[in-house]
Amino acid sequence: MKETRMSRRMVAAGLPLIVLGTPAILRAQTRGLLQVTVEGASANPVPIAVTDFVGDPVGVQISQVISADLERSGLFRPIDRGAFIERITDPGKAPRFQDWRAINADALVVGSATQQADGRLRVEFRLWDVAAGSQMTGRAFFTQSANWRRIAHIVADEIFKRITGEDGFFDTRVVYVAETGPGNARVKRLAIMDQDGANHRYLTDGRALALTPRFSPTLQEVVYMSYAQGVPRVFLMNVDTARQELLGNFPNMTFAPRFSPDGNRVVMSLATDGNSEIYAMDVRSRSISRLTNHPAIDTSPSYSPDGGRIVFTSDRGGSQQIYVMGAGGGDGQRISFGQGRYSTPVWSPRGDYIAFTKQEGGSFSIGIMRPDGSGERILASSYLDEGPTWAPNGRYLMFFRQAPNAGGRAGAVRLYMVDTTGRVLRPVPTPTDASDPAWSPLIPQ
Amino acid sequence: MRLNIRILGAVAALLLAAACSSTPGPEGATASVAPGTPGHFQQVAGDRVYFETDQSDLRPDARATLDKQAAWLKQYGDRYQQYVIEGHADERGTREYNLALGERRANSVRTYLVTQGIATGKLRTISYGKERPEVVGSDEGAWSRNRRAVTVLQ
Repeated sequence: MKETRMSRRMVAAGLPLIVLGTPAILRAQTRGLLQVTVEGASANPVPIAVTDFVGDPVGVQISQVISADLERSGLFRPIDRGAFIERITDPGKAPRFQDWRAINADALVVGSATQQADGRLRVEFRLWDVAAGSQMTGRAFFTQSANWRRIAHIVADEIFKRITGEDGFFDTRVVYVAETGPGNARVKRLAIMDQDGANHRYLTDGRALALTPRFSPTLQEVVYMSYAQGVPRVFLMNVDTARQELLGNFPNMTFAPRFSPDGNRVVMSLATDGNSEIYAMDVRSRSISRLTNHPAIDTSPSYSPDGGRIVFTSDRGGSQQIYVMGAGGGDGQRISFGQGRYSTPVWSPRGDYIAFTKQEGGSFSIGIMRPDGSGERILASSYLDEGPTWAPNGRYLMFFRQAPNAGGRAGAVRLYMVDTTGRVLRPVPTPTDASDPAWSPLIPQ
Repeated sequence: MRLNIRILGAVAALLLAAACSSTPGPEGATASVAPGTPGHFQQVAGDRVYFETDQSDLRPDARATLDKQAAWLKQYGDRYQQYVIEGHADERGTREYNLALGERRANSVRTYLVTQGIATGKLRTISYGKERPEVVGSDEGAWSRNRRAVTVLQ
């Protein structure tokens, strides 16, 4: 069982992996006692001790990245290292559980990082259930030294999954719009970074406005809108090579692009004589089909995870509301019936929720509702909260928040992360003002 | 349904505007800029019109401005290759919806200018959504000036 899993992952990953067994003396006790739900943990985070990985100095950095990831999820409360009683010197041996119970740790992470003779780095970790005195999981990875941050994120994802039962979201990237300059002449560039803000780089030079990037499910590509050719149009970019190309040559504005779940199609709005309609384009053949036909504004389309339906914004009823139609087009059914105006619907990768931006009174909110429109829940609210994007596990969202302008100066614009309970709300660090985040799927290993 | 009503409203507005279009404009009072220049266009006709929240139909003051734009363009327009109508929205809307709204506003102006006899081939529209506000502010005074369509001579 373990070997099958190991070899399959080794092939897919390029990150050779070994599953570490429980030391024999403890095997009899191994039971997964430490299990929390995401909703439960967001109210009551799990105290976890993440010790410095022994061996190569990069081990200390790895444990810091793991600790920061777990903390950022809001579901874990890393315990201050200064409180630790036992000093881990051999992560292959069982820890002194009473020392970790004494500081109220529910979970313990130990590990090592070792430079191999062939130049690779070997990183090993074990997750211990302190109360049960048993190992919950343990693995070893071989990788290029430069990959140490990714290994840390992969370890954090393993810990997250083992304890919450949900997939993690730490080994992901975010493409967003970096904003600089005065409010009436903003410079907007596409930028990409790891989910925690590391490995930041720009993808466009800022000469033309670049807006609304969306990640491909195949990860190396984004679609976005740019004024590079004068007329605002949708472009496709490979984020690794920064090569970009126009997606279809239409006389008028194309905007609001989003990939289908299989990555084969891009759905977007196309404006003709002032009227915006939704079209789907086959990325390879570039053939297009029209999905809406209405004199109202139809925009911000987003596929359901099975590709069978599309949720979109329309003001056909007199104000902006959310509608769902089949992926082949049609009239659509309105699903938003609360007070206010609804837009930018985004279907969760799990299929259970649709996230949206809602305007009501003087504020803008980020919320979620079920695909039939029931169970609306507001997660964050301010002068201007806009543009939700889902983490691949469907349990977290990123969006941007703009403060009011004041004294002729543009209000600060920042990225935030929030969970589906609304209890975990965190700023996401960026070097400049930032908007329009697009969360990647988990990076293939 | 609602859009049909809007279209009918616009037709009525056009008839009304046509009836008033012979009224002479208040030009020539302090003509310090050279006739036929973009500055002259701004001074004599006014290069922009404003909209109500979430609306793209033309207010009476907008139609009056566009009548003057049309008259000016008929006199001096052959000096320019095209007239670009930039549609804008205030920041109280989402980026994508505002791009659509800006396009709809620009198209309202374009359609009106065509009915006033401006050649379709010289008119081009572009939407900036909420990306290029006239006034950087977060109150109704700023928003009302940002909901606009600007005619740019090229």
